[in-house]
Amino acid sequence: MKELGTMLELRNMTKLLGDKLVLRNITLTLEKGEILAVIGPNGAGKSTFFKCTVGLLQPTSGEILLNGKLVKKNSGEVKQRIGFLGHESFLYNTLSPLENLKFYGKLYKVKDLDRKANDLLKEVGLYLFRDMPIRSFSRGMMQRLAIARVLLPDPEILMLDEPHTGLDQEAVALLNKIIKKKQASGTSILIISHDFEQVHALADRVAVLKKGKIISTMALGSDIDLPAMKQWYEKEVSSS
Amino acid sequence: MNSIFKDAWTIASKDLSNEFKTKQTIGMMLIFSSLVILIFSFAFDPTNNMVKAVIPGLVWLITVFSGILGLNRSFLSEHENDALTGLRSAPIDPSSIYLGKVLANFLLVTSVQIISIPVLFILFDYRFIGKIGWFILVVLIGTLGFIIVGTFLAALAANAKNSEMLLPVLLLPLLSPLMIAAVQATRIILENGTITNAVSWLRLMSAYDLLFLAACFFLFEFIMEGS
Repeated sequence: MKELGTMLELRNMTKLLGDKLVLRNITLTLEKGEILAVIGPNGAGKSTFFKCTVGLLQPTSGEILLNGKLVKKNSGEVKQRIGFLGHESFLYNTLSPLENLKFYGKLYKVKDLDRKANDLLKEVGLYLFRDMPIRSFSRGMMQRLAIARVLLPDPEILMLDEPHTGLDQEAVALLNKIIKKKQASGTSILIISHDFEQVHALADRVAVLKKGKIISTMALGSDIDLPAMKQWYEKEVSSS
Repeated sequence: MNSIFKDAWTIASKDLSNEFKTKQTIGMMLIFSSLVILIFSFAFDPTNNMVKAVIPGLVWLITVFSGILGLNRSFLSEHENDALTGLRSAPIDPSSIYLGKVLANFLLVTSVQIISIPVLFILFDYRFIGKIGWFILVVLIGTLGFIIVGTFLAALAANAKNSEMLLPVLLLPLLSPLMIAAVQATRIILENGTITNAVSWLRLMSAYDLLFLAACFFLFEFIMEGS
């Protein structure tokens, strides 16, 4: 699945929030077409790590390189290439799914927006609800729409913060199918998750983040099953 | 720069179409301004000459206080589902979020003025003798200054717990010079005075607008980083 070359590289990224060091010298690479999962205990700094990478927070020190090019502060070019799915859906309750997608599509300067938005709504199974305000949507439907929003500009990197939260089995299967399809088309994917089963099913590599530091990484081959991955994680977390 | 205006218009049209659908904020603003006009029309005898002296102040009183109701809501709606983070992670200049909000708030307050100011004149039985063009110019420049500062402070206050209370506390002292100039210029024009008497007030208002627009435009990015 993986293509050659590094898509995203973080070099000694540090983030200080107030007087607390939240991220400590994070060095990590994401290859083209790779799925990398970042796991770790609560409060390890996973969300801050994502926000710094997306450009929502400015790292205190360190460098971020995208396709070998140094990323400048608040770079629109980087934001255009990253699709960020956060804890919340970032959607407007008073707008319909189609209106939400069109609004974000305009901000991302998506070409052929009407067709793309409708196709994505069909893909996530919300086409029948396309003109209804989303305020009455369930958590699962919101998450499906949030996924469609992220996919709309065809990002080169997908950053998914706990994407399986609140989804039923059918929606989980749909999301995993979409993730695998995007990977096959060369998209690099970074996932934060507590769901070991999904991490094992999707990721090529796992990194453990603890107290703001990447303490270990492991490639997930066919020889490593779910219990072995859990055992490795527990060992790494307890030993550091 | 073109892209900033285009993105700003996208954000403003989203806010305006939202408002057009729900009519929540504009309804609230219209009810408030109508109530103020009604109460004051009973408090002052329309046949009395003193009414002329009250009208310039009333025009700005209904603009500012009904406007604050709208400003309060303009960033709170972005906190639903953390949509503001969605905007911040989009490939747009943070200043376009500010400009979009300024545009939407300005159009909202102006539409309230289009209804409430004629109602004010009717209920106070006021015969307009000044130059209507100059009057509109003063109202637009004054309203723009109020929205420029108000939108910036609304973004700042939206992160606080009691943002509804915080906004007027921050905004009203900062608005004092603009409001003094606006009331004076409105009074001169309504009294059919020559425009030359109001020019210095108009210059003060324009300088206030430009100064605060430049400052808020560049400082907005730092507010967003903290939200």
